[in-house]
Amino acid sequence: MADETLDASGLNCPLPILKTKKALSKMDTGKILDVISTDAGSVKDIEAFCNQTGNKLISTVEESGKYIFTIEKA
Amino acid sequence: MSDNKKMTIIATKGTFDWAFPPFIVASTGVAMDREVTIFFTFYGLNLLLKDTSKLRVSPLGNPGMPMKMPFGPEWLQKIDFGPKIPNIFWSLPFTEHLATYLMKKTMKKNGVATLNELRSICQEFDVKFIACEMTVDLFGYSKDDFIDGVEFAGAATYFDECDGSNHNLYM
Repeated sequence: MADETLDASGLNCPLPILKTKKALSKMDTGKILDVISTDAGSVKDIEAFCNQTGNKLISTVEESGKYIFTIEKA
Repeated sequence: MSDNKKMTIIATKGTFDWAFPPFIVASTGVAMDREVTIFFTFYGLNLLLKDTSKLRVSPLGNPGMPMKMPFGPEWLQKIDFGPKIPNIFWSLPFTEHLATYLMKKTMKKNGVATLNELRSICQEFDVKFIACEMTVDLFGYSKDDFIDGVEFAGAATYFDECDGSNHNLYM
């Protein structure tokens, strides 16, 4: 289960990434953040974000036009 | 933070549309753990003004710009009026206001951040804003015209910022 959830539905690039960054910066290492996005571009972008920042992308789930990313804070 | 990767951007454009790329790339850069500096020069200074409401986009001589309605029935929204409207039309008074209004509407509909929102996030993320002192004087600006947190310096300072940066963009 996620410790925090960020709903970035309706937001477009780069807002989902910026809001994810902000949300993670308030969390402790090892905590889990769920990000909900409707921006199809965020599938690649969240992956790249995690790649660059060392945070761990645990899963990406697509559900009727919504993407749910589960990220573990590094 | 000192072992962070660095990025610099030179922002030179002062129209509403071109105000976005420097702030988008800068804020995303910080989100991706870069230390970012933007050097604003010539028309790029517009991006640092307290009042950005006067920034406009012009379709005049801008054939790459799609012109689609952000409202109305779906069939209407699909039409690209760009190639249909003679370019001379865009030299008429207030057409820039119209184009800017429609672009803002389209952005809002698409969940794109506003200019001021992106700029605030950049400041919150500690993006360093440097205004080119020479062009501030050249264009007759007063330092009070600009938002707080802006440094005023010249090209040599830009080079100092580039030191250790492997990602330097001109926009």
